[in-house]
Amino acid sequence: MSSTVTRPGTGRRPGRGRGFGGRRFGRGGGGVPAALLLPALAGMAFLLLPLVALLIRAPWRSLPQQLSSPGVWQALRLSLVTATSATAVALVLGVPLAWLLARTSFPGRRLVRALVTLPLVLPPVVGGVALLLALGRNGVVGRWLDSAFGITLPFTTAGVVVAEAFVAMPFLVISVEGTLRAADTRYEEAAATLGASRFTAFRRVTLPMTAPGVAAGAVLAWARALGEFGATITFAGSFPGRTQTMPLAVYLALQDDPAAAVSLSLVLLAVSVAVLAGLRDRWTAGAGAA
Amino acid sequence: MTRAGRRDQGADGVTDGVTGAVDQVTGTPPGLDARLVVEREAFRLDIGLRVAPGEVLALLGPNGAGKTTALRALAGLTPLTGGGLRLDGVPLEEPGRRWRVAPEHRPVGVIFQDYLLFPHLSALDNVAFGPRCQGVPKARARDRAAELLARMGLSDHAGAKPRRLSGGQAQRVALARALATEPRLLLLDEPLAALDARARLDVRAELRRHLAAFEAVAVLVTHDPLDAMVLADRLMVVEDGSVVQEGTPAEIARRPRTDYIARLVGLNLYQGKAHGHLVTIAPGLTLTTTEKLTGPAFVAFPPSAVTLHRDRPDSSARNAWQARITGMETHGDQIRVALTGEADGLPLAADLTTVAVAELGLDTGALVWAGVKAAQTHAYPA
Repeated sequence: MSSTVTRPGTGRRPGRGRGFGGRRFGRGGGGVPAALLLPALAGMAFLLLPLVALLIRAPWRSLPQQLSSPGVWQALRLSLVTATSATAVALVLGVPLAWLLARTSFPGRRLVRALVTLPLVLPPVVGGVALLLALGRNGVVGRWLDSAFGITLPFTTAGVVVAEAFVAMPFLVISVEGTLRAADTRYEEAAATLGASRFTAFRRVTLPMTAPGVAAGAVLAWARALGEFGATITFAGSFPGRTQTMPLAVYLALQDDPAAAVSLSLVLLAVSVAVLAGLRDRWTAGAGAA
Repeated sequence: MTRAGRRDQGADGVTDGVTGAVDQVTGTPPGLDARLVVEREAFRLDIGLRVAPGEVLALLGPNGAGKTTALRALAGLTPLTGGGLRLDGVPLEEPGRRWRVAPEHRPVGVIFQDYLLFPHLSALDNVAFGPRCQGVPKARARDRAAELLARMGLSDHAGAKPRRLSGGQAQRVALARALATEPRLLLLDEPLAALDARARLDVRAELRRHLAAFEAVAVLVTHDPLDAMVLADRLMVVEDGSVVQEGTPAEIARRPRTDYIARLVGLNLYQGKAHGHLVTIAPGLTLTTTEKLTGPAFVAFPPSAVTLHRDRPDSSARNAWQARITGMETHGDQIRVALTGEADGLPLAADLTTVAVAELGLDTGALVWAGVKAAQTHAYPA
């Protein structure tokens, strides 16, 4: 952190600013106010400290043995598969929904938008209960799914995907809607004058042009799905190999084998960091400009 | 600037609807026949257009006059609130009957001001986009696109993404893209505005060639009189949503009817009442002209015809009146002096040589005599 951030437009060169006050974190034209800097540093520490603690207390010596248990990989595999499936569901349903919200106007559009994003603020456990009432064996729709097609969602891997998609999709919808609103609609008009229907214009012009924003939304949704706990455990339970994703495994391990919980947490942390590092430059960095 | 004009449709009266001969039912001639009415809060566009195939019409006007709205209405991007629009006898929009053909179903090609080439597609795929949307198989669409790009001299850049094209090249790709759907109406929105002065010259000449070869209706919108005069057969001057003057470039350049056009074509324009060779502009200002007119009249003369004097010029063949200098700026190798009539308050522009300005010792605020010979004025009925 530099103490001599020069405000643009003050015309003062950084070197002179340093010489002038000579105080670190000093006030005056070039400094960062302590009232902002101190909370900022505290905030940073607050975010980093738990992760550092995780690394400090990790049972590094027994880690290979901990991670070699088949249960860990089973849970990790299930987490990756369900989070990716949930993201796919969110993309297939959420992108058209975002388009509808961004490009059309219909009565009650604002209400629909508010309802669609409700799962963002809804406690996930409540979401899980609601999903049970809707899609459970005796649920409003679930009963009919069961009798007509023999499909039951609760306490299955598909149920995990449903729970994760329910929680994660709003992130994608909000993000993609923002991207679509920011995109220049004149390109769609240009496509229309060339004979493209609205769908063709969306598929061949809008979607490719907003791909970075859509990808950023997908990453956001994927991360949210990967960490999903409340709705999943409520709607799908915690059956190893079937519905027990990494977060559930971590939580259950914490009860009888804290060391194992830490190991599992490390794996999730590693996956998150890897995804962030892998996608950041390619997609999320460009999302702001898209 | 004559052009092939309306194509002879032959006596057999064969029509095929889209390429349009005389409409069998209504007898409307091919081409564009429109009255565009677009009403918005605090703005109303109401202009009538009739353009024959092969003709290029320019809508010329200041920013905010409604030119672009007119173009968008023709393309179907802005709905009409009144009037109607027919192309080759086919109604494209009739708000009165709640009839409206969507933009994607109109045989219209548009070149947008900043081209709006799809940034993620190569030049070739940009041009092939239209035919693909019309259902032409991919290979054939790409062949057609390649052919069009070759015609524009862009074969070497077919694979390039738009951001790697120069302004002039992008303009040609935009033209090729608009022509690829074989439109019956080509619309150009400020086609040269995005180019720097140097590229403008080349592209203007080139665009003129392509427009001359274009057999259907072309309408272009510009605020640049030079672009309009070089590219178009006919000009329509639009101010505040209505047409204030219409004619060939030569007519408009010679007989401007509003201050805006007079400024564009570089003439001083006064409006007054003619009585024989005298036109009374204002109580203190009566100009002698060579033309003999009666009633409301315009008097136009170029700034180069205006002479400035410290004392009242004694020649009787010269109109003379007092004016105060309000500004001076270089204008080519001359100095353009802006004045305001002392008695009438009317603006006047005079072009003087640097030497003349120095000899007269002119400066802003000075009161001088302005003179213009009757032979150098042009009077015409208002």
